[in-house]
Amino acid sequence: MSSATTPKMTMAQAINTALRDAIAEDDSVVVFGEDVAQLGGVFRVTDGLHRDFGENRVFDTPLAESGIVGMAVGMAMNGMRPVVEMQFDAFAYPAFEQIVSHVAKMGNRTRGKVRLPIVIRVPYAGGIGGVEHHCDSSEAYYAHTPGLTVVAPATNADAYGLLRAAIASPDPVIFLEPKKHYFSKEEVDVSAAVPPIGRAVVRRPGKDATLIAYGPSVPVALAAAAQAATEGRDLGVVDLRSIVPFDDETVCAEVRRTGRAVVVAEAPGFASVASEIAARVGERCFHHLEAPVRRVTGFDVPYPPPKLEHHFLPGVDRILDVVDTLQWEDAA
Amino acid sequence: MSAGQLKAAITPARWLDESGRLVRGTPAPDAEALLEGYRRLVFARRLNEQCGALVRQGRLAVYPSSRGQEACQVACASVLADGDWLFPTYRDTAAIAARGVDPVEVLTLLRGDWHCGYDPVRHKVAPQATPLATQLPHAVGVGHAARLKGEDTVVMALCGDGATSEGDFHEACNFAAVFRAPVVFFVQNNKYAISVPLARQSVAPSLAAKAIGYGMPGVRVDGNDLPALEKVLGEAVARARAGEGPTLVEADTYRIESHTNADDASRYRTEDEVADWLPRDPLLRVRTYLTGIGALDDDREREIAAAAEAMAAAVRTGVNAEATADPEELFAHVYATPTPQLAGQRAALRAELDFEEA
Ligand SMILES: Cc1ncc(C[n+]2csc(CCOP(=O)(O)OP(=O)(O)O)c2C)c(N)n1
Ligand SMILES: [Mg+2]
Repeated sequence: MSSATTPKMTMAQAINTALRDAIAEDDSVVVFGEDVAQLGGVFRVTDGLHRDFGENRVFDTPLAESGIVGMAVGMAMNGMRPVVEMQFDAFAYPAFEQIVSHVAKMGNRTRGKVRLPIVIRVPYAGGIGGVEHHCDSSEAYYAHTPGLTVVAPATNADAYGLLRAAIASPDPVIFLEPKKHYFSKEEVDVSAAVPPIGRAVVRRPGKDATLIAYGPSVPVALAAAAQAATEGRDLGVVDLRSIVPFDDETVCAEVRRTGRAVVVAEAPGFASVASEIAARVGERCFHHLEAPVRRVTGFDVPYPPPKLEHHFLPGVDRILDVVDTLQWEDAA
Repeated sequence: MSAGQLKAAITPARWLDESGRLVRGTPAPDAEALLEGYRRLVFARRLNEQCGALVRQGRLAVYPSSRGQEACQVACASVLADGDWLFPTYRDTAAIAARGVDPVEVLTLLRGDWHCGYDPVRHKVAPQATPLATQLPHAVGVGHAARLKGEDTVVMALCGDGATSEGDFHEACNFAAVFRAPVVFFVQNNKYAISVPLARQSVAPSLAAKAIGYGMPGVRVDGNDLPALEKVLGEAVARARAGEGPTLVEADTYRIESHTNADDASRYRTEDEVADWLPRDPLLRVRTYLTGIGALDDDREREIAAAAEAMAAAVRTGVNAEATADPEELFAHVYATPTPQLAGQRAALRAELDFEEA
């Protein structure tokens, strides 16, 4: 078991380690899905788990997402903690009915008699040159469904810690993994305290404006802030880490300090998580705001083919263009 | 259900065996037709090889090869009439090409310019489906609409062994049977769904046997035996056209290559297993047979190879041609008339690009 500090690991390895540690610690944790056992997952996230823990703990299923999630519901009703994998964002949709009608609602309709400690892992979002149906940012569907906890780590350390927290949670968690970052290496201290779900973190303090982001948009926001710094503007970055529950406190404290806010997210902007954030910040921070809260998001179009995706993804330039519109006094 | 029907759903129909000999009791196939079939097999194989090369050169994002499954690819296209429809998956590039669509157009999806690449209505070929089994209810709908309109259209709906586990597969089979829709469900059972072997998809006696539960015929056929495939699929198409409803055909075949170039099959299957299937190659047996009866000589073989080479060269040129994907395409087709919001976003992107160019 990993106890000592591991200097560097990829996000895929961090998630793998979290699964490994959870399986080892708790007999009720089971991992299943398509290609997760023998192959170790198409992204190798579950690599070696089947070999090390055997077929009863880690297994491949027939190819049916509705069946996978539906079976997880029953297993959770019977005392287990299933962690299931949807192979890609858009391939979770066959399971949508199970997720919305049962996973999300069971606790409420049974007045808490049946809790479903299920984690549904979803590699999501784009930037990998993937063909259609492999790059959706599907977080709004889940965030809009009461009863689901929606977690979106941006760093490898959070991928480890938040997955441990998600598995321990009594409620079902949609765990969104930014697939673009599966293979980038970062330091991960697996012995660090498990971060609570529902707390955002300030990744970069700033005094002029606050960029609010989650998942794959956090590194983009940080790059934008670094670029702005060279141009004399001090932008802060808040990483939400969890979309539901939402950390109004951390987000609003930052925005009240800077007086300006830009939300950055890859998903289409209309009726999105970014919209919800902008509305919340507007309602809570109105008297502190120097400018309207702005959003930089994907366009309201289906995710584009590989050759066009760079036009779609919110990048540093688009963020800084929007920052420029935030009614600066020194503006020419 | 008779014992004969059950047997047809479990024991694969065969015509040409692995060594290129007629299976006992079968008549000689039409030599001209088989020669044409052979030409199409060579084209399909060459197309698979060319696409593999284009992936290695970075010209295609990915390629799911149908190597080893070429007889299925050719047969499902050749049994269709002009007005019929084909509903293919991502693995069926060669079938779409065999149907007459320019392979360069088919590869547009994988080249990354556009999510479809060809005109589905003109070619009566649905867009290649990636979300597994989701195209099958559409196929039933096209067929049912044709019946309502009094047309004798038949729909060939393709999927893999793994896809038969999805709910949409079962719903489509049941709808087709209930509405007696003119659909042929053609399952290419290549034994794997990425890494997951058939045994993890189904413990039924065969995939074709599932048809029995829906009240339609199920037929299993050697998926590497071109004449047997054309016969079985041809009969299913004729049934559908005659208003006798759907058929589920399962081809017993094998995925010789990895799932795609991004996959590493050595993680889940042995070299020996693959080697066992190589002698069952769908091209080999047709070549041996045709050569044996004197219908294929070296000259003819060279002629076919040269034509396939020309096709491959055209594919290379077409795929390598620098096509400029127009960013405004992002907004043009989302709605019949773009919403005001999309029109605004399109203008914003235009302004960004103009600024960059300036
Ligand atoms: C709904 C859905 N789930 C998962 C996937 C990911 N996926 C793509 S191909 C594939 C295996 C399909 O196997 P099979 O149906 O046997 O077809 P084959 O690839 O062997 O031709 C999987 C799991 C998908 N495309 N769609
Ligand atoms: Mg298969």
